[in-house]
Amino acid sequence: MSALNIKKGSTSHSAYNLRPNYSDTEERHTLAVIVENEPGVLARVIGLFSGRGYNIESLTVAEIDHEGHRSRITIVTSGTPQVIAQITAQLGRIVSVHNVYDLTVEGASVERELALFKVSGKGNDRIEAIRLADIFRANVVDSTLESFIFEITGTPEKIDAFADLMRPLGLEEVARTGVAALSRGAHALP
Amino acid sequence: MSNSMTGAKMVVQALIDQGVDTVFGYPGGAVLPIYDEIFQQNHIQHVLVRHEQGAVHAAEGYARSTGKPGVALVTSGPGATNAVTGLTDALMDSIPIIVLTGQVPTFMIGSDAFQEADTVGITRPCTKHNWLVKDTDALSKTLHEAFHVAMSGRPGPVLVDIPKDVQFATGTYQPAKPQASHYQPQVKGDIESITELAKAIETAKRPIFYTGGGVINSGPQASQLLRELVAATGFPVTSTLMGLGAYPASGEAWLGMLGMHGLYEANMSMHDCDLMINIGARFDDRITGTVEHFSPNSKKAHIDIDASSINKVIRVDIPIVGDVAHVLEDLLKVWKSRGRKTDAEGVAKWWKQINEWRAVDCLAFKQTGPNIRPQHAMARLEALTKGHDRYICTEVGQHQMWAAQYLGFEDPNRWMTSGGLGTMGYGHPASIGVQMAHRDALVINVAGEASWLMNMQELGTAIQYRLPVKQFILNNERLGMVRQWQELLHGERYSQSWSEALPDFVKLAEAFGAKGIQCSDPADLDDAIMEMINHDGPVVFDCLVEKHENCFPMIPSGKPHNEMLLANAKTQGAITGTGAVLV
Ligand SMILES: Cc1cc2nc3c(=O)[nH]c(=O)nc-3n(C[C@H](O)[C@H](O)[C@H](O)COP(=O)(O)OP(=O)(O)OC[C@H]3O[C@@H](n4cnc5c(N)ncnc54)[C@H](O)[C@@H]3O)c2cc1C
Ligand SMILES: Cc1ncc(C[n+]2csc(CCOP(=O)(O)OP(=O)(O)O)c2C)c(N)n1
Repeated sequence: MSALNIKKGSTSHSAYNLRPNYSDTEERHTLAVIVENEPGVLARVIGLFSGRGYNIESLTVAEIDHEGHRSRITIVTSGTPQVIAQITAQLGRIVSVHNVYDLTVEGASVERELALFKVSGKGNDRIEAIRLADIFRANVVDSTLESFIFEITGTPEKIDAFADLMRPLGLEEVARTGVAALSRGAHALP
Repeated sequence: MSNSMTGAKMVVQALIDQGVDTVFGYPGGAVLPIYDEIFQQNHIQHVLVRHEQGAVHAAEGYARSTGKPGVALVTSGPGATNAVTGLTDALMDSIPIIVLTGQVPTFMIGSDAFQEADTVGITRPCTKHNWLVKDTDALSKTLHEAFHVAMSGRPGPVLVDIPKDVQFATGTYQPAKPQASHYQPQVKGDIESITELAKAIETAKRPIFYTGGGVINSGPQASQLLRELVAATGFPVTSTLMGLGAYPASGEAWLGMLGMHGLYEANMSMHDCDLMINIGARFDDRITGTVEHFSPNSKKAHIDIDASSINKVIRVDIPIVGDVAHVLEDLLKVWKSRGRKTDAEGVAKWWKQINEWRAVDCLAFKQTGPNIRPQHAMARLEALTKGHDRYICTEVGQHQMWAAQYLGFEDPNRWMTSGGLGTMGYGHPASIGVQMAHRDALVINVAGEASWLMNMQELGTAIQYRLPVKQFILNNERLGMVRQWQELLHGERYSQSWSEALPDFVKLAEAFGAKGIQCSDPADLDDAIMEMINHDGPVVFDCLVEKHENCFPMIPSGKPHNEMLLANAKTQGAITGTGAVLV
């Protein structure tokens, strides 16, 4: 097939390849998706992303209205503006999705993630770890003579930064929740 | 009527309440209670197909030809997996069908029980929505919701998976309640955008209506409004494969089908237009070719009920989310109230140009030589069946394209074809579904011999239910469309595209109890077709045609619309470079 002169990386046989680049700039968007909390709903959302080749940087889900059986899925994704618009529209047509909000478009929003870090060490490393945790306002939620578990909330960037600092100090294990987000101000999503 | 009943009875009751008269299905262990209920009633006719794929395509044929939802009923495990192709087909072509599957009892789910398959998992990506019902009390509501979802907004296939214990248990039946669902897609278009489109119509010099399956989906009213709009504006109209019949082929403004195998005048007009009005079409890659070259200088409007269809492939200037009939009604109102203006002079000039393209007569062919040319077979079929109450189905391949090019459709819902998925084996069962809905009509499936063999067993169904479907096989003893691409793209290396060891179709028909007709001489063709039409029963017509005929016109993949290949084109290496990766 050498005669075809196909560039590496552009050999997808799917029609998506035919898309023009209206704007090449990849943007990172945070979407809030309000869904009916029924079996399979998360699989529908995730299947949409994998089936159509969209990115998921982070995804969180929990029921937010126990009586109304509504869950809120927060998805951080990236793509060109056309892809983001397509993702929003594709999410919107899933029957169990009630609403889709692009928080990045709707104005300023607050994004928070919670993470747990297990750090083990002795001596100076241990002291340094707890000093840095204090600076980052991380809480100690478990401790032994050789280890701590820190709990930290913040933007994903803050958590990344904390992880970078903990790594040389004996970082053993990390658990992160993914991003939860709300738009700023008094106005609530309908 | 008491509202307390078994789940199995609820299924039948819900179908009756939803106005269903026909169910296509195949029984098995996990649906026996439902079959027992079907046995004990007379409202719904069950059609026993020969393969579950056939049940789903038959339901599609029924749905497309009536505008009502089609229903299929199959068992768990292999019954459900056999339905997957039909579900995907219906999803791609926006056909409303409801597939009911049996499932192992709830307490055995997850244990790899006999004939257990994760049906909702498998069919999640190939249904519009699906449900596993774990509680008999929730069954009737779910079934009504299934019909609502299949039919509302952009139609599509839905599936309800019903475990056997849920069928046996007793619960409370709830009648259908309109508006009970939160799923209520928007049907009215935004009036500002509609006004913007009306203004664009007033000033366009080279306008074109590009219509699609969405007009058929929207119902007969939409086709009527389209005709009114075309007549009032005098603009030319083309359609996708899926939209044929929305505007009559005999209409003055009709340019024929567009796209890869569309007509020269339609594609040239699409390329050169200054205003493209897309009505219920989805800028499929058979239409656009490479998007950079697609109609480079036009303003584009797009009417579609599914927001995700808009700007998916082609960026449009006037997006209108709504149902075709609703939007066209408003568009006509707005445009009329603004004085019914068009640039008559500009449009007249445009027509002059279009008529020059028409004069190329891209579908012209000569029936010469001893063999029947497939185009000739289609032209004769058209001439001899035109006046009939006629429904056409097709399989997939060259014959499908020739049918689209040479048969004329005057009304919507008369043309059943697998467009998006391109499913060989669709047409035969679809023709059975159509004939079930239209017992006295002339239902013809234009087939290729290879496609037809994929679901030929449904001949048994046709015999059993006395369905006089006509299987019109253009037999070129080749996987013709594949062979054509190998000629164009792979140096005539015809790898595995020979249809070998073919059966004697006449004997095959007779073995099932149907009539078989073979025709190879052009001189006999008319009589043979008449014999087929006049036979009161299923017919398998083996029409032996020229073996290496190519289907033209053709836009080679990777090429713009104004670089079509016409008949007798040099085909060697017609597709090169990056076009070759495209399917
Ligand atoms: C071998 C082969 C060759 C083919 N060659 C061609 C070709 O040359 N030309 C061609 O045209 N096709 C061809 N096709 C078919 C092609 O693959 C696509 O199926 C077809 O072009 C799609 O038609 P459509 O755009 O009308 O969309 P459809 O698939 O019919 O989709 C309908 C659109 O309308 C919207 N819609 C649905 N209901 C409504 C409503 N009520 N109101 C408003 N909008 C609604 C939907 O959201 C969707 O966007 C070929 C297929 C095969 C198998
Ligand atoms: C189920 C399925 N398998 C494979 C294909 C690929 N395919 C498209 S057309 C074609 C050949 C069809 O041959 P035939 O039915 O004889 O029709 P012809 O093109 O000769 O008219 C094939 C194999 C398909 N569309 N569907």
